[in-house]
Amino acid sequence: MSHLLILPLVLPLLAGTLLLLTRRWLSLDVRRAMNLTATLAQVALAILVLIQVDSGEILVYALGNWPAPYGIVLVGDRLAAWMLLVTSALSSFALLYAIQGTDRGSRHFHPLFQLQLFGLNGAFLTGDLFNLFVFFEVLLLASYGLLLHRGGAERTRAGLHFVALNLVGSTLFLFAAGTLYGTLGTLNLADMAVKVAETPTENLGLVRVGGLLLFGVFALKAAVAPLHLWLPATYAATSAPVAALFAIMTKVGVYCLLRIGTLVFGTDAGPVAGLYADWLLPLALATLILATLGTLAATGLRRQIGYLVLVSVGLLLTALALGSPDATAAGLYYLAHTTFATAAFFLLADLIANGRGSHADRLTPGPVIPAAGLIGGLFFVVALLVAGLPPLSGFVGKLLVLRATLETPIWPGLMAIILISSLLGIIALARSGSLLFLRAEGECSTEPSARPSASRIAPIMGLMGLCLALTIWADPILRFVTETAEQLLRPGYYIQAVLAPDAGRAPS
Amino acid sequence: MEILMSVIIGVLTTIGVYLTLRARTFPLVMGLTLMSYAVNLFLFATGRLSIGQPAIITDTASGYTDPLPQALVLTAIVISFAMTAFVIMLSLKAHAELGTDQVDGHRDEENVA
Repeated sequence: MSHLLILPLVLPLLAGTLLLLTRRWLSLDVRRAMNLTATLAQVALAILVLIQVDSGEILVYALGNWPAPYGIVLVGDRLAAWMLLVTSALSSFALLYAIQGTDRGSRHFHPLFQLQLFGLNGAFLTGDLFNLFVFFEVLLLASYGLLLHRGGAERTRAGLHFVALNLVGSTLFLFAAGTLYGTLGTLNLADMAVKVAETPTENLGLVRVGGLLLFGVFALKAAVAPLHLWLPATYAATSAPVAALFAIMTKVGVYCLLRIGTLVFGTDAGPVAGLYADWLLPLALATLILATLGTLAATGLRRQIGYLVLVSVGLLLTALALGSPDATAAGLYYLAHTTFATAAFFLLADLIANGRGSHADRLTPGPVIPAAGLIGGLFFVVALLVAGLPPLSGFVGKLLVLRATLETPIWPGLMAIILISSLLGIIALARSGSLLFLRAEGECSTEPSARPSASRIAPIMGLMGLCLALTIWADPILRFVTETAEQLLRPGYYIQAVLAPDAGRAPS
Repeated sequence: MEILMSVIIGVLTTIGVYLTLRARTFPLVMGLTLMSYAVNLFLFATGRLSIGQPAIITDTASGYTDPLPQALVLTAIVISFAMTAFVIMLSLKAHAELGTDQVDGHRDEENVA
């Protein structure tokens, strides 16, 4: 048994602990270097895992060598590796931005950052429902700390709402896990997938209740309508690198919906097959519509980006709800693109707010921003990315989703909603851009702190570079996500890899 | 015993939901705590209720009780304990920064539910 799969968990846990223990007597520069090294090492680990699973092999790591379904297993398939890579790449750039000064003020920023990654990696790798709950709590507790970093009234208020909502969500998760354990008698996801197909008729109602409770919890994390109201305020209130890192947080919910929806309630689930798919499409479209209206109504740039995150969640879930291999592949491609693009946008919004003095990120004509040409150019490119205009990855992602909708009989309606939402998004972004840059009046601030430094622009460029890479290498990436989708939609491989690891490797 | 358990879980959840929907931080914390009590009892009951049965294998035992829910409850208790401590600290911080214990920071008494 290779120990590769446990390393993405051990590394951030150890790094986080070390950073916590040394927070008082190591200088900030040393701790920054340690955190950055650990984060970059996770990129390398994610690439290693990705290379291993690219052949179609599903890596299974039995913790403590207890065989499934009795012990807890970590499962590395293509989807988990893809999520690991997206998370680690995103967090590297968020951290690069954070060490420009955001991490001052509290010694706990760096330990919390690593523990956040620990929770995220764990949620993507675990093959056990209760373990998923535990990793959710780890990542949430770290995210509470990061969200409230450096305090302030607005941040505390948003934080209180976020914490209370997520605590209720955790309680629901436990109710769901309890219900499913009480009826299926297992918490191992692969074993649940086997048991759920054999559910006796009198227990079907309970399994449905448990499954849909879980759906509600994941929908809350993914900010699906009508559980989306917390997101714009929270993301607008927190610091820029944390908001950028949180771009992956909604994707954890999306990942869980996809994982549980395809594995436990997938095509082989007998009487409860497609339990999530029926709910997902209408809710995803509702999210798309409400979030688009939100982008038009927003009065602050960061709140507007919060709504753009919701738009991307809506589009992403629309693609995943269609359930065909092409649609799922399009969703997975779009997932990576939108994570990087919205993160870059949050960082850029911080630079813009910084240059506008007391106007901050409010969408009102304010003073001219220092280095307005460069910042405006970046804004234009990021807006292209987020709105999904050619020639960048946003366009590729959106085109793939649109092409995938053609397979369904209701494609005219779907296309209309997606295209109108895109158009309204473009209008909202054009309005913001012209308010911030073209209608700026008055003297440009001469304070040196208002000028964007090259080291702050570099992480934004880096995230845009990732989007560019998604565009340039679209062909191999598409091949990978298509294979990922095919692996996901045939849960038999996953189940066999976990429950009968010696029965020979499944071909792909 | 099943009916008693169901009633207790139901009552705790009801009070918890009611208190959580109040717009002040103290009832909110109490409500979240009561809901976590309810879910702990619920998890405990998922292993089926039995009295006087061992959780580990012995030669003389006539039956067993499921040990897994007990482990789950233990984990859930620890986590909810930490979360309660955190949310109390956060409520105090919110009171200090916002000057009120209303969850939206409203000072106006008329807006308070």
